[in-house]
Amino acid sequence: MTYVAGRTLPLRVEIVRQFKRRRTMVMFGLLLALPWILVIAFKVGPQSNNPQGNSLRISDLATAGGLNFAAFALSVSASFLLVVAVALFCGDTVASEANWSSLRYLLAAPVPRDRLLRQKLIVALGYSAAAVISLPLMALAAGTLAFGWSDIQVPGTGETIPALDVLPRFGIVIGYALVSQLVVAALAFLLSTVTDSPLGAVGGAVGLWIVSTILQAVEALGTLREFLPTFWNTAWLDALAPELDFGGMAKGASISVTYAAILIAVAFRRFRRKDVVS
Amino acid sequence: MLVVALVVLGVSVWLLWPSAPGVRRAEQRITVVDGPKDDQRVEIDTTFFAPEGGGRVPAVLLAHGFGGSKDSVRAEALRLARDGYAVLTWSARGFGRSTGQITLNSPDYDVKDVKQLIDWLARRPEVLLDAQGDPRVGMVGGSYGGAIALMTAAHDARVDAIVPQITWHDLADALFPDAAGQGPETGVFKRGWAGFFFGRGGVVQNGLQAFSARPGRPLSPEEARCGRFLPEICDVYQTIGATGRATPEAVALLRRSSPVSVQGRIKAPTLLIQGQRDSLFTLAQADANARAVAGPVRVMWFDGGHDGGNGEADWLYEQSKAWLDRWLRREEPAAAEAFTITRDGGRDPGTRQRIRLHPSARAYPGLAGTATTAVPLSGPEQNIVNPPGGAPASISTLPGVGAALSQGNVSLSLDMPGQTAVFESAPLSRPLQLTGSPAVRLRVSGSGEVTLFAKLYDVADSMQPPNLPSGLVAPLRVRIPEGAGSAEVAVTLPAVDHLFAVGHRLRLAVTTTDMGYATPDEPATYRVALASPAMSVPTVAALTAGPAGIAWWTWAMPLAAVAVAALLLATGRVRPRRTPASPLVPVPRRTPGAAGGDAGEAPHPLVITGLTKAYRNGEKAVDDLSFHVEQGQVLGLLGPNGAGKTTTMRMMMGLIHPDAGEISIFGEPVTPGAPVLSRLGCFVEGPGFLPHLSGRDNLELYWAATGRPAEESHMDEALEIAALGTAVERPVRTYSQGMRQRLAIAQAMLGLPDLLVLDEPTNGLDPPQIREMREVLKRYARDGRTVIVSSHLLAEVEQTCSHVVVMHRGRLVSQGPVSRLLASSDGPSSNGHGPRLEDVFLDLIGEQR
Repeated sequence: MTYVAGRTLPLRVEIVRQFKRRRTMVMFGLLLALPWILVIAFKVGPQSNNPQGNSLRISDLATAGGLNFAAFALSVSASFLLVVAVALFCGDTVASEANWSSLRYLLAAPVPRDRLLRQKLIVALGYSAAAVISLPLMALAAGTLAFGWSDIQVPGTGETIPALDVLPRFGIVIGYALVSQLVVAALAFLLSTVTDSPLGAVGGAVGLWIVSTILQAVEALGTLREFLPTFWNTAWLDALAPELDFGGMAKGASISVTYAAILIAVAFRRFRRKDVVS
Repeated sequence: MLVVALVVLGVSVWLLWPSAPGVRRAEQRITVVDGPKDDQRVEIDTTFFAPEGGGRVPAVLLAHGFGGSKDSVRAEALRLARDGYAVLTWSARGFGRSTGQITLNSPDYDVKDVKQLIDWLARRPEVLLDAQGDPRVGMVGGSYGGAIALMTAAHDARVDAIVPQITWHDLADALFPDAAGQGPETGVFKRGWAGFFFGRGGVVQNGLQAFSARPGRPLSPEEARCGRFLPEICDVYQTIGATGRATPEAVALLRRSSPVSVQGRIKAPTLLIQGQRDSLFTLAQADANARAVAGPVRVMWFDGGHDGGNGEADWLYEQSKAWLDRWLRREEPAAAEAFTITRDGGRDPGTRQRIRLHPSARAYPGLAGTATTAVPLSGPEQNIVNPPGGAPASISTLPGVGAALSQGNVSLSLDMPGQTAVFESAPLSRPLQLTGSPAVRLRVSGSGEVTLFAKLYDVADSMQPPNLPSGLVAPLRVRIPEGAGSAEVAVTLPAVDHLFAVGHRLRLAVTTTDMGYATPDEPATYRVALASPAMSVPTVAALTAGPAGIAWWTWAMPLAAVAVAALLLATGRVRPRRTPASPLVPVPRRTPGAAGGDAGEAPHPLVITGLTKAYRNGEKAVDDLSFHVEQGQVLGLLGPNGAGKTTTMRMMMGLIHPDAGEISIFGEPVTPGAPVLSRLGCFVEGPGFLPHLSGRDNLELYWAATGRPAEESHMDEALEIAALGTAVERPVRTYSQGMRQRLAIAQAMLGLPDLLVLDEPTNGLDPPQIREMREVLKRYARDGRTVIVSSHLLAEVEQTCSHVVVMHRGRLVSQGPVSRLLASSDGPSSNGHGPRLEDVFLDLIGEQR
């Protein structure tokens, strides 16, 4: 018997299975093109007559240099575009197999259910991480080519941090962006194991995300809002402040990991007991 | 479901939330006796609020501001009463419907009144007593009401805690400030505020309502002159208002009504709340009060004041209540902070609204800060003029109106050209958080007495008007000695909390006029220069430090979540079913009697025992199904739609969990993902391919997913069976139904499994392909493998299969070799041919022909 459960559905195979899909290509194309679209928008739009900028908003500082531009690109995409990308990769992964009926053949191959979910989750998270990382990196490249390499100017106070000092912090920013998207990933993944409709899983995750964003605008909820998964989404801005403050990011990461752990556990538990009838 | 749960939660909270406790309210006029000789009877209009329910509770005297009455503080009184305090509000003498005249909180009048109000409280059955005639009482009030709290606490030891807000320490100094520090006698008259202040003592008005008030009855000359002021006070104001100079009598009178006259006598714990936007009673007044109070003191600088409204009333209420709770109810405070300040905290991450931060320090640092930063200023000596008549005047803030106009940080300031000397710093290389009063030394050249106004601007760039933090200005009077020609003066700039951002410059402007102040009418020219280039800027580092540590839940929550997740996974394991085989149906073995799995005796490819699966509605899809398949058989699974064929096959594949019974393949029980499934090839309910990949890629990736070596796949043989030709390189989404069907059967045959299960394999195939498929299956079984085929085409089963299992409504109806099934039929049928499976089948399931 040459069958070994631990060798089924190798990551390489799952990566190839997902990579050749059109939605993967389109999503990465969009994420990699967005920085260039923004560069063109800044170049075409009327130039500010005051290079220092009257107000020190992140959008006013976007053209100050590559690092500023990357921070800006991340700030405009983190709230929605990256959410959709992550929800797509994680929400589509199991539901689309069910939709194609290929899920039952994988399970009868047999790929053990826990292993199937694990491999699919790893690959989906990998694609999500690649999406989250590729956007700021491309923005950094595009911004550096378009606006030059210079020290970062901090939004708010306008202080300047040397570029080399800020590079590790940029790593923190990307790392936090990854962690904060973990909730979306886990939620989409759970929905993916529940429904046979990929659109339902992706849309459901994005929809719940939007509900959370709406709820957090209700100030009457007070500190309860801090426990909404979206509340700390912009906490990575603290990493670009002159005084590096991990407080908000720690809370955000804590919330994110908490939700993600439970949602993923529920996904595995449900899928184990599920009757696959698709 | 989640939404429903949230709605249910919301509604139940709405219904079950405790409604605010009721408050009893009683209005009464209390007659008090006051005056220097204790001979004046005054009726004080009061309202007493007590929480409903029995028991004695601490009392709070809630005082109103200048120009107000007991009705101005009604809302706060109700709130305090709901929070469990007995609250007495009153209109101070000379205000509202109380009789008497305005005495500016004189110890001879107002203070005596309040002492008698405390006597009155001591007799109330609702009020908690410390001793006979000594109620547990605190005092809360703003501005005029804050001063009476301080004055009463100094004169009556029964007061247990006070919360004076936006009030004065020295009324003379507040109205005649001098940033050169020589006292009110030479101070610059704060004409705008003084006029506004005394003007409101006439006819009671509140703020801007004064503009819209309807005219009442005509006033008598005396009323028009003094309104409700005590004549002595009125006379003093007439003098100082006309001359702009504080006479010694005026200073003495104003100080009698000020905490400066009772320094060290205030023993009650004091929470001083002062506004950062307050050009009437500046932060320096609160600073002086903090030093004058002998008891415990806490100082707060909030976002507001006489110039800037109050955007954080709730926060102030909470802090005031916490102070009262601590000292009247003796509750332990959450944190013992001595100094708290309101700062702009950027925007709320959720709402994008401005939020306020409240950094605190354990000690009140005063206005000199805990450290100072020397900021070099530069600028030549400059000539400035005092215009004749003091007009046009520069503007810093508009007393009384500024509150309405300058909501937020809009700066109204305007410096007149020719009247202003300017000294600037270089652009800051790092942010500078000023907290307190900066100090600078100037040299003024000219002659006689020089009136100047010093302001510290925050200059961003040439595009924006410079920002005068809080609109505050420091007036100063410099006396240049005869013959000296110039004098040096140390200037204390207004106390503010302001962040100068990087790239901004600090600009010291020295002007000769200000609209809010009385300035000399005589034209004059002065020269102003920096006596020392460095301005000393106080900072308080303790305030910038963020909250220490990270909230406990930041660590605890993810750990708890991981634990919960582990629990969910550990308890959710599906154990292989080990139900013993039904005793009625002995597990058949190839050799009867050999019960054990003897070496050389291969177990049956498929044994199904007592298999049962019910739908959610309880209807059984498969009901106690038992049969077995022997090696080399081609078994036909026959039954009408809904007989449970597909459900049985899904259970064979481990896709569906049976409710009861057991399936074993080659002696191994089938569970989801059981390794023995690797010996099973299957095609159930249609093909399942990734549409974007080619047929070949699909098969190759499927085989790779099984984790078995590529050489075991027999890919070429499978592709031959699929017979797709060059189409095998095209994406599957371009395939016809028949092509997908053949590819799916080829996929099932990958690796030449020992047991092949095919569900309706000939669906969508054309007749030549059907015949081909029939041969493939027979050949497959001849090689010692086993094939199970379900079909609704009876002829198909008849021609392909050696054995048949007939199912109907989830139950086994018949099983055995096809030949025996046909032989068991009752004789030849009516049409003269031999028995046909169709007839037998219809017989079996009880349908009428």
